Amino acid sequence: MPMQPYLIVALILFCIGLFGALTKRNTIIVLICIELMLNAVNLNLIAFSKYGANANISGQVFSLFTITVAAAEVAVGMAILIALYRNKRNVNIDKMNTLKD
Amino acid sequence: MIYLAWLIPVVPFVSFLCLLWMRKAARSLASWFAVAASAITFGLTLAVFFASFQQGTFTQEWSWLTIGSIDITFGVLLNPLNSLMLLLVSFISFLIHVYSMGYMKGDSRISVYYGYLGLFTSAMLGLVLSPNLLQFYMFWELVGLGSFLLIGFYFYKNSAKQAAKKAFIMTRIGDVGLLIGLILLFWQTNSLRFTDIYTSITAGQVEAGMVTLIAILIFIGAIGKSGQFPLHTWLPDAMEGPTPVSALIHAATMVAAGVYLVAVMYPLYMASAIALTVVACVGAFTAIYAATIGLVQNDIKQVLAYSTISQLGYMMLAMGVLGYTAGVFHLFTHAFFKALLFLAAGSVIHALHTQNIKEMGGLNKKLKVTSFSFLVGALAISGFPLLSGFFSKEEILAAVWADGQYVLFFVALGAAFLTSLYMFRLYFLVFRGEPKKSLDHIQEAPIGMKATMVVLAIFALGIGYVNTPWFGTFLGDWLTEGASFLTGGHHSSPVWIMLAATIVSLGGIALAYYIYEGKKVDQGNWKQSFSGTYRMLSRNYYIDEFYELTFVKGTRGLGMAFHYIEMYVVSGMMDMIQGFFFSIGKTGSKTQNGQTQTYGAVAFLGLVLFMAFYIWKGGY
Repeated sequence: MPMQPYLIVALILFCIGLFGALTKRNTIIVLICIELMLNAVNLNLIAFSKYGANANISGQVFSLFTITVAAAEVAVGMAILIALYRNKRNVNIDKMNTLKD
Repeated sequence: MIYLAWLIPVVPFVSFLCLLWMRKAARSLASWFAVAASAITFGLTLAVFFASFQQGTFTQEWSWLTIGSIDITFGVLLNPLNSLMLLLVSFISFLIHVYSMGYMKGDSRISVYYGYLGLFTSAMLGLVLSPNLLQFYMFWELVGLGSFLLIGFYFYKNSAKQAAKKAFIMTRIGDVGLLIGLILLFWQTNSLRFTDIYTSITAGQVEAGMVTLIAILIFIGAIGKSGQFPLHTWLPDAMEGPTPVSALIHAATMVAAGVYLVAVMYPLYMASAIALTVVACVGAFTAIYAATIGLVQNDIKQVLAYSTISQLGYMMLAMGVLGYTAGVFHLFTHAFFKALLFLAAGSVIHALHTQNIKEMGGLNKKLKVTSFSFLVGALAISGFPLLSGFFSKEEILAAVWADGQYVLFFVALGAAFLTSLYMFRLYFLVFRGEPKKSLDHIQEAPIGMKATMVVLAIFALGIGYVNTPWFGTFLGDWLTEGASFLTGGHHSSPVWIMLAATIVSLGGIALAYYIYEGKKVDQGNWKQSFSGTYRMLSRNYYIDEFYELTFVKGTRGLGMAFHYIEMYVVSGMMDMIQGFFFSIGKTGSKTQNGQTQTYGAVAFLGLVLFMAFYIWKGGY
């Protein structure tokens, strides 16, 4: 099966992304890691649209949508982050816990 | 005129409301206002009485509640028994209102006093007018409330507070019996109207055992209200109230309501021989039991209170031996002479400011009218020939004999003997002999008090002639006229019963004279040689102590036990349950630490768990 290498790369990429998102303190790194996870998903979508059991073009369309949404998300995320930094002089995610109680 | 019968209880009730509403402003006018209201009530009653005398039984009902197909009504019923009671209550109440003007003069809460008196009068009149058992029960509780309020009128005295509470609780025990009887009766006959109950009882629609049970339960209510043997201890304590109140409530009217209840439910008792026997035995026992206690009391009102208990026992005895007329007749005469005795005692207390008969003596020189009235009352209650008590007592004795209850007959005779003994002990100790204290500044009561005593004395002298074996039994004939369930209203009394009653009565008076006036017996010596008996009698056979030890302590112990169960078992369990959920909440809230990454990790772990489960089970 030629699909397996794609899936394994995507899995590795996703796991790196997840690990980074859950462990890194710097919020910028966390955002980058989320992008990594999204791209792992995109890789999966494209692999399935090419070699899947029911191969068709809609997988690629989905991944294009995902890239667009990810770009928008990064723009909004960065804007929030800059606003937070102006208030707190800090971008560490573990300090952003004021909603807890 | 008879259509205005419903107004009779309304007038004193309005007076009660007005007096309570303007109790500060109306202090100077309160007594006049209340006396006027009770005079109007009495006038109305008189008019209604004569109208009902001519028209016979009259009923007026309004629908009050409809439960399914059963209509519960509210209204008035006038039959011979009711109108007799109506007249009696409003007349005595009117006299007491007049008497209180003198007795309660200068009391700062006089408008409250008259207000309560109005409430009681209204409730009592409503009670005797009731055409059904539910209305009866409601007014029955209301008279209990009136009695409670008036016993506790001097609420700043601890003893008065305790007495009021005791009276309320003791009568409540009886009322539970009455309520259960009422519910059973409703269950069995589907109606609470007296006439319906009579029909279904006389038609035998209720089985015999149930009739006996209901009759005895209702009698328990009467025991509580009328101070019969096991529940009598509240009545002597009730003497803490003002003396006119004792005369009205605890001698003439409310305590007689128990006897009246038995009279109203008489068809029920006629249908059950066991219930009749219970009534007769309780009555006879109470009559002699209370009379023995009355012999040794040193408080003038206590003696009269025990005398009331004893006489109520007499009435119950009469009811229990089919002497319906005799019982009602004695109720009627007793109301007059006992009210008279209490009012005379009140006059003595008013003059001397003490109730201890050991501090009295020789009062007949100073308090001439009081002394004369008391003598008339004492003679009447002792059954002195030709006075009212003579006829009613003789009628009761004849009824007991005619029913064949020979043991009870001798008990009743003994009680009659003791009655005249303790009454004349009281008379000789209070009004005759040497004064114990200087009587120089003692004054006879004001004119209003004297006038009421004289009026009552005239009635105590002459009221017996409404029902005598010689001049005709008007009262008995009239009472039994419309009541088909009563068989043989009057018992032909052998002459020897009358003779025996006379001898017993005179014997008691003579013995009292011999001991207390003639001083032929050394009383101190006598007390010492019978010290055990004396102590037992003066402590009322230790009944109060017995109740204290058993019921009061027992209830309190039970209460404590439940309190500890509540504290340690129930609330311990509640604490445990509450603590469990509290700790869960605490733990849960610790995970809410605001660290987004922890949340993400937990969410991911949850996903992994679900997926592992999915893989392990191969599906849901």
